[in-house]
Formats: sequence, structure tokens, C-alpha cells
Amino acid sequence: MANVSIRDVRKTFGTTEVLHGVSVEIEDGEFVILVGPSGCGKSTLLRMIAGLENITVGEIAIGGRVVNNVAPKARDIAMVFQNYALYPHMTVRDNMAFSLLLAKMPKAMINEQVQRAAQILGLMPYLNRYPRQLSGGQRQRVAMGRAIVRDPQVFLFDEPLSNLDAKLRVAMRAEIKELHQRLTTTTVYVTHDQIEAMTMADKIVVMNGGNVEQIGAPLELYDHPLNLFVAGFIGSPAMNFLKGKIAGGAFQSDDGTTLPLPAGPDGSDGKPVVYGVRPEHFMLSPQGLPATVHVIEPTGSETQVMAEFAGSPVICAFRERVSARPGETIRMAPDPSLVHVFDAATGLRYAA
Amino acid sequence: MDATVDVGIRHLGFTRKPDGWVTRLFDNKAFLVFLCLLPSMGLLLVFLTYPLGLGIWLSMTDTTIGQPGQFIGLDNFIDLMDDPVFWMSVTNTIFYTTVATVGKFALGLWLALLLNHHIPFKAFIRAIVLLPWIVPTVLSAIAWWWIYSPQFSIVSYVIVDVLHLRSTYINFLGSPWPARWSLIVANIWRGIPFVAITLLAGLQTISPSLYEAALLDGASGWQKFRRITVPLLMPILAVALTLSVLFTFSDFQLVYAITRGGPFNTTHLMATLAFQRAIPGAQLGEGAAIAVSMIPFLIAATLVCFFGVGRRKWQQGEAND
Repeated sequence: MANVSIRDVRKTFGTTEVLHGVSVEIEDGEFVILVGPSGCGKSTLLRMIAGLENITVGEIAIGGRVVNNVAPKARDIAMVFQNYALYPHMTVRDNMAFSLLLAKMPKAMINEQVQRAAQILGLMPYLNRYPRQLSGGQRQRVAMGRAIVRDPQVFLFDEPLSNLDAKLRVAMRAEIKELHQRLTTTTVYVTHDQIEAMTMADKIVVMNGGNVEQIGAPLELYDHPLNLFVAGFIGSPAMNFLKGKIAGGAFQSDDGTTLPLPAGPDGSDGKPVVYGVRPEHFMLSPQGLPATVHVIEPTGSETQVMAEFAGSPVICAFRERVSARPGETIRMAPDPSLVHVFDAATGLRYAA
Repeated sequence: MDATVDVGIRHLGFTRKPDGWVTRLFDNKAFLVFLCLLPSMGLLLVFLTYPLGLGIWLSMTDTTIGQPGQFIGLDNFIDLMDDPVFWMSVTNTIFYTTVATVGKFALGLWLALLLNHHIPFKAFIRAIVLLPWIVPTVLSAIAWWWIYSPQFSIVSYVIVDVLHLRSTYINFLGSPWPARWSLIVANIWRGIPFVAITLLAGLQTISPSLYEAALLDGASGWQKFRRITVPLLMPILAVALTLSVLFTFSDFQLVYAITRGGPFNTTHLMATLAFQRAIPGAQLGEGAAIAVSMIPFLIAATLVCFFGVGRRKWQQGEAND
């Protein structure tokens, strides 16, 4: 096991720079998730850790050893690919044993390692099957088994669940997390799904356009997003943004509605800001402001309401059951202690 | 849908007119199957079954050109058993097929691996590679005949007059073994594009992530080739190998255009000998017998290629994507 240091890493393909100086410290045994929209450079960064892409500028160290010029096989890492990359002409057993075979491990030890991994992953009944004869979830497990048998210092996962259906994805999510708790191997995991990131990670690295937007624990990102991108990316349904300015210690939206601000530095009247409210931080209240209901989606545990509020469309999630019909008006207010204010010009958190 | 329309019409007081016999005929599944098979059956009958049947019949007669023959049973074949030229053509054909196939596949695979890399002007180079295959065989055979000419050979010119490695021009086609090897080289040259392009198509179906996985698993370049590329190429290799063996075994044009079986019948393949005896030699029955005796060899070669390197266990089973 080892820590991973990514120090001011840049990557250029031809003349296009796709990573603009990324630094991440990954502690020993930590489960770190790189998350961001497609094309943000998260997979490229993972492939650079694996050694499948070279590092243009900067350095990556695994266990204190700079690996910029170390061949992939000598980095002591194992990777699970998005399409699993199982060898179609080998049985499950041979797929898992392949790396050990190449490392010239004695046969008996290979067998032992494969058995151990198969037991952990519940693959014992399938050891003699070919990848074609397995379901998506089983193939996923074989791909993990292939990583486990090597007992590497770092596990790398490249969007491993994106080829599975929704139900299986949730199951595998729990399985991967459990596996990490059992093996406590340092893990770097790439996904574009923020729910996967929130549910599995010890630490999330939010990336966008080749830059790191914020690094932190899942709830830290949720409670204190540093900027508009993170605020909008983390959380589902996404945070509502109202445009407006600060006026007299309160927020005044573009349509003139005044909303309360959290306690903090004030005195910057007229400053354009974005007022962010998470859907679940609206409260139904007779003293609240009117909102015109567009759509109501009861999910049972909560009710999602799409409405027009303070001149903008918003999504709210109420614990209560809302009985209003589309077109009717409900009265609601944001919880002032839980709203987020961002500088409209820079997108950064304001009055932090 | 028909039913609802029907009900609607009946409801309005109309009755549907009974179908005519043509309509009923075309609704008959057996008739339709027969009708759809007819064109291909016709083609196969006229161009495959009839010539094959005629060939087998002729091989059991003493037909000569201009003289309808008598049925003589297996006499032609019994005669061939004692015919040293026939046996030489058999060994020639086997040797020619074996060596040329090995050469074609070795060089074709090598070329396919090269072309599978990112190289400048890739599409252009691939087009050039196909050239030997596109040019009519007789044309390229004539070109090879020039290359092998005892007086005008460019190869001899380079070796003797440019490099001064020899003092005399090489007599490529004048004695048996040089002539056989010359034919094999020409056949390899002609066969490479087919092998290279087919195997290139096979190589491109192999997912690059398998090589990345193998790289992380610690495989060297050779190990990646042996353990990933070769097994995954096997299915398409089997098909290409079968076709290539069949084409080479029944090759006629190259040999006939370059050596005509000479010198002294030592480069005859079974196909050229069959033609030689049947048409210029006018012994249609004997020629047919030689041609017919190719059939067991071809069937055996096909079976070996197909079952030897054919469908593997990993390709079977349920697809589950």
C-alpha cells in the first residue's frame, strides 16, 4: 500500500493542453474519486498514474517513488477498465492468473491467489467459464479479481460501473466500497456520476476543463462548495441558482424579490451575486414567498416540485407531501443558514 | 390489423372477395421458399454441379477432343498411378502450396502488424499493398517472367552488373529447383495482399484496451503478440488460411504463364498438368481424371484448416452484451 502524490501535472496532446497543472495528495489506504463532466481530464489523469499516458510536465509519485519514467508493470498498480478488457480467449481463472503467470510466480501460489480472489468476489463457480458466458456484473467482478490477485499498492478504476444497468450499479457500488474496506488498498476511481462519488469516496476531486475545482470529503463539498461549478455539479437534483445582487444586507433577485442572506460580512451593496439554494433547503411556510407550481413529482419519500420562484425556475424537494396542482401557488422560503452565495463575476464562494 | 379491417368491412355489409389462386399460391410458404431459392439453385446447378459432374463423368471415359468416349471405369486413375509426371505434379503441388502458404502468412502477418501501427500516409500505403492482388494474374505473371528472363532479368542485372556479386546471369527457369522456387516467390508476392488485408481487418477488431491491460499485467511486446494477438487472430486466420490454401493448391495462371510446367514437366502443378493433358494434349478423359484427383486433397486441406485452427471454445456460448 502506498500514498500517491500528483504534483502540478500537465498533459498536452499535440498543441492542446488537456490538464493545466493538477495537484492531488492521496493518502495511504484512501478511496479517492476523480469526478467531473466528460472531457475534464479525469481519465487522462488516471491513465497517467497507470503509465498508459506519459506525463508532459510535473511528477507523479507512488509510495514516495517518482514514477514518471517507470514502466506501467513496474509501478505496482492494477487497473479496472471501463469495458473490463477481459481477455476473451481465456477462462476466468486464466484471466486472473495472467499477470502472475507473466511474473513467473510458482503454479501453486498462483492457484492460491486466484482462489483467494475468487472467494472474495464470489467467483468460485465461474472459474472455468469464458468472459462471453458471464453477465455484466460477473465480468465486472472478474476485472476486479484480476486486479486483486496482484495485491498491488494502488487500485485504479476507470468508470467501472458505467456499462451496468442502474440496479446492478448500485449493488456493485456497495460491493466495491466493501472490498475497499476489507483490503484497505489505496484506490483512485474515476467516474462522471456524482452520486457514485458521493456514496463511495473518502475524498472527492472535482475536475472541470483540465483543472481541479475542489478537493474534499463528500459532505464537505456538499455543504461548502468553493465555486459555482462544484455547487452545481455535486448534489442531485442540482442546486438552484438565482441571479441578483446584494442590497441592504439581503439578496435582491433580478425580479426584485428580497431573500435573506446568511450571517457574514456585508456592506457590498449592489454587488452582483448568485444565490444558491439546494432543493431540500426550501421550506413550506405560510409566511414564505409565492411560487407557481409547474410539475409535481411525488417519489414517496419526498416530493419534488418544479416551480417558478423569484423569477427563476427552481426545483424543490419537500419531506412533506404537497397537494398543490400545477398552476397553483404555494408559499415557501429558503433556509437562510443553508444558502450559498457566489460572486457572479468570478463564480467563487462569497463571504465564506 | 387485417382482422379489424375485416370486421369493419363485414359490419358495413360487404363481404370480402375470396382470394384468387395466384394470391393463394404466393401465400404458400413452401412455394415461396422454393421461389426464393430458385436463382441461387440455378446458378449453382449451371456453374458448379454441371461442370463438376461432367468432370467426374469425363474422368471415367476415354474421351479425346473430337471423339465422344466410352465409359472405362477407373482405368484413367489406374494409369495415373504409374505415371511419374502425375506423381511429380502431386508432390510439386503439395510443396508449392505448403511453402507458399507459410511464406504468404509469415510476410502477410508481418505486413499487417506494420500497417496496424500509426504510420504516415497509411491509407495510401494500404492501397499500394493491395496492388499485386488487383493486377490481373496473367499480367503480373508476364512481369515475373521478365524478371526471371535469362537475358533481361532485372535481378540478374542488379546482381551481376551493379553489385558484381556474380559473373553470369542466373538461369531462373532453366532447371527444376530454381524454377520451382521462382514460382513460389511469384505466388507469395501475389498472395501477400490478401493475407495482409484480411489479417489487418482481424487485428483491428482487437480492442486496444486488451493491450493496455496486458501492459499493466506485465506483458512484454512478444508476450502481448503471443498471448493476445495470435489467439484472438486465430478465427480470421483460419478462414484466410483455408481460402489461401485452396487458391494456391488449385493455382494455374502463374505457373502456366511463367513456365508452362517446364523445364521437362518438372514444375507442373496438378491443375496445369490437367489442362496440359486435356486441351493441348487432347486427352480430355485423362485430364479430367487429374483434375478430379485434386478433390480429395482440397477437401482434406479444407477440413484440416477449418477444424485445426477454426472455431475455439471461447467464441461459443451466449453473447451477453
